[in-house]
Amino acid sequence: MSELRELYQQVILDHNRKPRNFRKLERANRTAEGYNPLCGDQVRVYLEVDGGVIRDITFEGSGCAISKAAASMMTASLKGKTVAEAEELFGRFHAMLTASGNGAPVELGKLAVFSGVCEFPSRIKCATLPWHTVHAALAGTGEPVSTE
Amino acid sequence: MITAPAPAALWDVERIRRDFPALHQRVHGKPLVYLDNAATSQKPQVVIDALAAYYSLENSNVHRGVHLLSERATQAYEDARARVQRFLGAASAGEIVFVRGTTEGINLVAASYGRRWIGAGDEVIISAIEHHSNIVPWQILCEEKGAVLRVIPVDDAGDLRLDEYARLLGARTKLVAVAHISNALGTINPVKRMIEMAHRQGVPVLIDGAQAAPHVRVDVRELDCDFYVFSGHKTLGPTGIGVLYGKTEWLERMPPYQGGGDMIASVTFEKTTYNALPYKFEAGTPHIAGVIGLGVALDYLSGLGLDRVAAYEQELLVHGTAALRAVPGVRIIGTAREKASVLSFVVDGVHAHDVGTVLDHAGIAVRAGHHCAMPVMQRFGVPATVRASLAFYNTREELDALGAGLGEVREIFG
Repeated sequence: MSELRELYQQVILDHNRKPRNFRKLERANRTAEGYNPLCGDQVRVYLEVDGGVIRDITFEGSGCAISKAAASMMTASLKGKTVAEAEELFGRFHAMLTASGNGAPVELGKLAVFSGVCEFPSRIKCATLPWHTVHAALAGTGEPVSTE
Repeated sequence: MITAPAPAALWDVERIRRDFPALHQRVHGKPLVYLDNAATSQKPQVVIDALAAYYSLENSNVHRGVHLLSERATQAYEDARARVQRFLGAASAGEIVFVRGTTEGINLVAASYGRRWIGAGDEVIISAIEHHSNIVPWQILCEEKGAVLRVIPVDDAGDLRLDEYARLLGARTKLVAVAHISNALGTINPVKRMIEMAHRQGVPVLIDGAQAAPHVRVDVRELDCDFYVFSGHKTLGPTGIGVLYGKTEWLERMPPYQGGGDMIASVTFEKTTYNALPYKFEAGTPHIAGVIGLGVALDYLSGLGLDRVAAYEQELLVHGTAALRAVPGVRIIGTAREKASVLSFVVDGVHAHDVGTVLDHAGIAVRAGHHCAMPVMQRFGVPATVRASLAFYNTREELDALGAGLGEVREIFG
């Protein structure tokens, strides 16, 4: 049960119940859709980028608690960041989940609540899906992102 | 008058469970409760032993060697074919074609029958509750040929609309392909009646029996289906082996699926003559060990008695349905009149994937997702479901554990 509690921390459950920035952004000038065919998680992100800075970011979609909370907390942490900072944060977040950070402590602030996910290999893609989707939106490929 | 005892009283599930080594392990520190049988079944020790014995003592190629081992392997391989013939009630062993699984069996018919008899403007009928493997091969075929895919709708309980099916059947229909039992909902389709309806219009029918072969008695002559396909691994056998049954009259006239060794009678650069049935459809060295293992698996299943298996699983279904209904917020998807032991459900406010993870930590293996049946999920307005699929070696206590596990889900997600 403790590993489970580590995964489903109160912060994650709270963001799942009341996701922040959960709406369409009419002023968005970057958008992309992400899809996890394994479990059906689906997310669309909207960004307003101006002068290399993410002025606003929102999302819509349906998914499990992990993907929804990850998207919600991601939007909260990326608002006001530069595109370069966003990509760097994604890199650190990804490293934490896939343990490619070699156990070195990663500075992630509130996003550290997702560290328990790495004990659940089948759920890592749930947490990274919204980030991959933002990456695609910033790269402007226009192609839907799939985790497979 | 002596009343017959209830099937459960006759069903020594503890003795049967001893035949399945994989069931006796702990996951995440809890005894394994394996409720993912629609994905794949566990294997009895006799099947595992048969594979080891083949590779230890008989390993050799079939239909080729003059030496003793090859003769033994060939004998075991063809003996397994005879076992499959008996299992399905087929008229001859030549009607039993070994393939990789249900998916390949359907693709074989789509490629071979489809290539010969389906053209522009023709129609293929499937149903709204098919597995992707009984949708996509027909889509590919229809796209290539300019043919049209027609879909029998399903009602809110999960029963096919036979009135709509009757309307779809027409002069342009060239084939009907439907599941015997739906993998996502458990609906047992009235396939005998559907076959009769198609035959009255001169239309052949393929039955996807992947979910039926391990759970109900199948008699292809009684059904009068033209093709029947199923997978070994869902039927206590190895992965990578499956069966296509086809009526001789069709298989004789169908072009080969793949070219290669074993499927020929003679080859010159000018012309190749194909081998007799079923070898015409078995190009290349087959999955010999898999075939032998499948034969043993089917004999094991027949030894238990499919009618008794079905009766016991119905009791489990009733018990499991009650256990789920006792948990607040659980809604069962698929409540067809005739149902196999599949419990597809959603938990109010909790995504199926999260339910699956919590249950896994309680030792309970279920599937969470779209079950390779995305149109079914769309039809019932859910992104995914949790699916507990039962087998004859499951127990009422395991279903009670499922109910308790769902209680934990409610606790965590409040």
